[in-house]
Amino acid sequence: MSLWEFANPRRFMAFTDRWMPVALVLSAICLVVGLIWGFFFTPDDFRQGSTVKIIYLHVPSAMMAINAWVMMLVASLIWLIRRHHVSALAARAAAPVGVTFTLIALFTGAIWGQPMWGTWWAWEPRLTSFLILFLFYLGYVALWEAIEDPDTAADLTSILCLVGSVFALLSRYAVNFWNQGLHQGATLSLDAEENISDVFYFPLLVCIAGFILLFVGLVFMRTRTEIRARRLHALELRERMRDA
Amino acid sequence: MPDLGKYAVEVLSAYGVSIALLIVIVLLSAARAARVGRQLAEAEERADG
Amino acid sequence: MIAILRRDLRLAIRAGGGFGLALVFFLIVVVLVPFAVGPDTDRLSVIAPGVLWLGALLACLLSLDRLFATDAEDGSLELMATAPVPLEGVVLAKAIAHWMTTGLPLALVAPALGILLALPVQAVPVLTLGLLIGTPALSMIGSFGAALTVGLKRGGLLLSLLVLPLYVPTLIFGALAAASAAEGQAWQTPLLLLAGITLGSLALLPFAGAGALRVNLR
Repeated sequence: MSLWEFANPRRFMAFTDRWMPVALVLSAICLVVGLIWGFFFTPDDFRQGSTVKIIYLHVPSAMMAINAWVMMLVASLIWLIRRHHVSALAARAAAPVGVTFTLIALFTGAIWGQPMWGTWWAWEPRLTSFLILFLFYLGYVALWEAIEDPDTAADLTSILCLVGSVFALLSRYAVNFWNQGLHQGATLSLDAEENISDVFYFPLLVCIAGFILLFVGLVFMRTRTEIRARRLHALELRERMRDA
Repeated sequence: MPDLGKYAVEVLSAYGVSIALLIVIVLLSAARAARVGRQLAEAEERADG
Repeated sequence: MIAILRRDLRLAIRAGGGFGLALVFFLIVVVLVPFAVGPDTDRLSVIAPGVLWLGALLACLLSLDRLFATDAEDGSLELMATAPVPLEGVVLAKAIAHWMTTGLPLALVAPALGILLALPVQAVPVLTLGLLIGTPALSMIGSFGAALTVGLKRGGLLLSLLVLPLYVPTLIFGALAAASAAEGQAWQTPLLLLAGITLGSLALLPFAGAGALRVNLR
């Protein structure tokens, strides 16, 4: 069984019909367990007080905001190279989910910044990069919505996604150069000494798993919708031709 | 309810906003899935009938 | 390619509109700034490099939506696509023509407008140099955006939405170089990075732009 089998919409529909509910249910369980564990049963940080609890939302959503873009990039590449429709539709399906995660990361970042930095918004490199990422997402979604012909839209948005990825990376480094930040270092890293303590770590991992599963489940659901919408479009065209 | 100290408003609003956004995206996706599914079923019925 | 360049330049000069419009827009933006922030020269001289860069960027954006649209309407774009010149070359030539009619004059009038904003004297050469180096990137990125939206009826606003995030690195390095020079600090590094962005855009974006045009002409 290879990944390319899902290029067949029927196979994809059959597969997601079984696994989409699984992903969504598991993600709901992980999110409920992780967030309740994090919210009710973890101690306050000695420096940050109770604001440390925001981490269970901020870190997973920020991670998934970037990963969603990477997934869109890969899906766009597959569409441009191998012309599998499911791939283009999956990229389209992922974008609004990515927008949501970016918004959550921005909101929680700003709310966390208020007590920590004394201001709602600091033009701090990572926060600024996320704002730029948000603009890229908006442009991508707007381009999809603006073009009527589905294949043209898929091609153009894929090209935009490629170019946008390069410029998003460039902006990331440009912004770093432009303003050295206040952000704390890596929260999760393989280097054990830098890592946050286990008390916060395990609920955070559960939350991350929940966000990943939620993303997968939502992308499955939205891609299924896009495939059905495409089929509906084809049927309507055929009806109109028959009537005419 | 844990004691959130002086940052209660911040923490609660962060959770509130985030969970609301998650619910919004899930509901939007589900609503569109349901609508497209229904329209497709109707169209297929017409095509067969 | 040279023929396309010459044709575009001649069209721009004959029509007059595109050529002068960006300059006038730039002038108006710069004149409006003191009304918005107050006539205090100390404050103005601090924000002058940023305002001049932002004004140049917006003036560049203004003329982008006509870049391919006029040619697409009268069919000459299809002729160019079937011409022996590769479409990548057409995109590059169009971008260069756009730069010569907007970026180049903008960079040349920027020192004069700098006086209005009390731009420190030592920053003037760096600002002009930065605009000369950086505006080709703006034109090139813009022509990519114009190629993406050429098939759309009301592409202007969408074009801005797509292009503005792509302008971020150029704006950061350009404004940073001018601001550092104004404060008497080292300005060479941002200027070199700016040149890197311009060269990278000129090398890669014609391919992306031509790809988008091919899709739109299909």
